[in-house]
Amino acid sequence: MIAKRLLHLVLPLIGVGLALAGWWAASTQVPDLPSPLRTWEESRLYVMEPLAKRGEMDQGIGRLAFYSLVRVGQGFLLGALLGTPLGFLLGLSPMLKRMFDPLIQVLRPISPLAWLPLGLILFQKSEPAALFAIAVCSMWPTVLNTMAGVRAIPQDYWNVAKVLRLSKVTTFTKIIIPATLPYMFTGYRLSLGIAWLVIVASEMLTGTPGIGGFLWQEYNSLVYAHILLAIVTIGMIGFVLDRLMGLVETRLRTA
Amino acid sequence: MENVPLITVSDLSKTFQAGASSRPVLRGVSLSVDRGEFVCIVGAMGSGKSTLLGIMAGLLRPDTGSVTIDGVAVEDIPKRAAFVFQNYSLLPWFTALENVRLAVAAARPDLSSAEQRDRSTRALEQVGLGNAIQRRPRQLSGGMRQRVAIARAFATEPDILFLDEPFGALDALTRETLQGELAGLFSHSGRPVTTVMVTNNVEEAILLADRIVPVLSGPPATLGTPIPVPLGRPRTVATLAHDEDASHFRAHVMATLAAATGRRKPHTTANAPVRTGALVEAQK
Repeated sequence: MIAKRLLHLVLPLIGVGLALAGWWAASTQVPDLPSPLRTWEESRLYVMEPLAKRGEMDQGIGRLAFYSLVRVGQGFLLGALLGTPLGFLLGLSPMLKRMFDPLIQVLRPISPLAWLPLGLILFQKSEPAALFAIAVCSMWPTVLNTMAGVRAIPQDYWNVAKVLRLSKVTTFTKIIIPATLPYMFTGYRLSLGIAWLVIVASEMLTGTPGIGGFLWQEYNSLVYAHILLAIVTIGMIGFVLDRLMGLVETRLRTA
Repeated sequence: MENVPLITVSDLSKTFQAGASSRPVLRGVSLSVDRGEFVCIVGAMGSGKSTLLGIMAGLLRPDTGSVTIDGVAVEDIPKRAAFVFQNYSLLPWFTALENVRLAVAAARPDLSSAEQRDRSTRALEQVGLGNAIQRRPRQLSGGMRQRVAIARAFATEPDILFLDEPFGALDALTRETLQGELAGLFSHSGRPVTTVMVTNNVEEAILLADRIVPVLSGPPATLGTPIPVPLGRPRTVATLAHDEDASHFRAHVMATLAAATGRRKPHTTANAPVRTGALVEAQK
């Protein structure tokens, strides 16, 4: 039992070790790619003083990540506020679904890089354009999962609403929403993942301070170690976000 | 006035369309139910009796024919009517109390929140769930869930009760207990509740009904002549088991139902291979 637990702990560490070894091997072949050790030495200041602010882009990694998280949070919230009602409408009305489903299927695969210039044209400023891109890219899983959730409501529940003569509002709040909730949160989890993917692209293009803006600026300043620092940070935050949403989702499914 | 039936079903027909094929379920079905009467529609599984109940309750629309309650054509589920489904149909995200309360709040918006709560609690206490009111359906056994569903129906103090195989999903012992409890609820409610129940269990029908309506298996199904139950009340499973009149009557109902199945046209037999088996099950 203890040996098995130890194995579960050791195996991922071996995986990380192998990846670092591969990185190191690659860095001996590519002169511009800093080795893991050099990356750590050059990043140390940013990691050890995560909340420091030395200049607009020269800030601790925690502070930069915080800017990005706030931006992602706003964009994701905007997407959820638009996507959830849209999902309910499409789920409840077969006519609306027919009307908009093809459109959604076309809009869904569009890259954030394509939406961002449109956002800049629409809003003239980089910050709302970034939010627009995040919202419009990340809302689709919310729309589609909410829609699927409504359509998956068993006939039994509709029958209950019918025989109890529940009003439309009561049916919505007491039956449709609770029955759809687990699906909605699956949508939110996937949407948040996409929102976090979009953040880097949108910060790169708009040059706003944040983890993605930092990455692009350090590339232009030839500080390649910081690119790797940003990449690792982005990955870890994305992982944590997904886990947190996953926890909420599991709770709802078992509730 | 007393002799005017409360529910009148006349000449109902219903055919289900499934793609290109169509399945006739009911044909020329007529029935009347008096005020305060308990009518059991007894037939084999899949004979269309649930469809008939659904139409009577306004959940389904007939192709032809009509249902009137108190002289008014049924368009939607009538006010002052309650429906109990075979599969409990409780909402899993609500506690037992909340499930009952949802029905009470919808039926009696004039009551205060506290009164609605009291009434819901009382209904659950009546079915012996006084100490389980805060539990969710998945924490309850099948029998307890159906008790919640029955409490939900009675809590709204309905004039009409539609029961669709209410004990069909329960094991034999629980089934017997709940049948007895249901009979008790009727005698204690202190006012007439007109009830239409669908079942494939003849014992259950004899225990509860004033009149038994046999379904002549189709498809499409038609109804046989209603058989009044000539037994006094109160009836219990135990007394009926040893009562000679009850035994004779049981045999009579069984024979009628068996004749009903035998009367099927030969060409329909191939379409309904399960039917005979289900009736055998009902005779147990």
